[in-house]
Amino acid sequence: MDYRVPILKIRDVLIVPIQIDLDDNTAARLQHDILTRIEQTGASGVIIDISVLDMVDSYLGRMLGDTAVMATLMDASVVLTGMQPQVALTLVELGLKLDTIHTALDMESGIELLDAMKKA
Amino acid sequence: MSVLREIAITTEHDIVLCRRACREVAKEYHFNLVDQTRITTAASELARNIFEYAKTGTVTIVILDGPNGDVGLKAVFQDNGPGIEDIDSAMREGWTSHKGMGLGLPGSRKLVDDFDIQSTLGEGTTVTITKWRKQG
Repeated sequence: MDYRVPILKIRDVLIVPIQIDLDDNTAARLQHDILTRIEQTGASGVIIDISVLDMVDSYLGRMLGDTAVMATLMDASVVLTGMQPQVALTLVELGLKLDTIHTALDMESGIELLDAMKKA
Repeated sequence: MSVLREIAITTEHDIVLCRRACREVAKEYHFNLVDQTRITTAASELARNIFEYAKTGTVTIVILDGPNGDVGLKAVFQDNGPGIEDIDSAMREGWTSHKGMGLGLPGSRKLVDDFDIQSTLGEGTTVTITKWRKQG
């Protein structure tokens, strides 16, 4: 599968809409792409939207959490938006703690959260 | 009992095909959305274990007809890989010898109703999970 998740830039925020079920290689490449784009653009925030994902397993969960930590080291904040209720429920039951990543209900709240973090 | 899907795990992308197949069957047999997600997530973890540890294997999905009209989705994850030396450790959270967080086995057990693991060193591992459909 040769699919790349698009990374859009609006002002100093990168928007990453994950629109399909990613295999592990594509997820790993996405992590690399996000970090590269932060470096290239100097973006201060990243929004990863997973509102269409019907499943997050431990691999993808770890990749998302790690990406947030790495982005923080590069002075960018990551907000994960749009997680479906059953996905959140299953992640917790699975035992995955996504405590390194900020979350917001939807993309709009994600942007607001990034603004608030920048002012703080 | 009828076999509905059989998925060969040989490449990393087969993990995606496996969880997609589990989702389809769960949906087809009217499991609720949360249980569909639990089954799909557990399948993803267990299919990845096959790929990570044994490289190849097969996943078989069957529907069980239980007593009182119960419907169960059973998935069998079978490989001829190295086997697990210490199943008790492998079932503990955080234990891992590969990428991942060591949530695969203990995590997927928490998502299903029945969980069985059989492993023989040098011969392989078989993990069987079953989720029963909630009534109503």
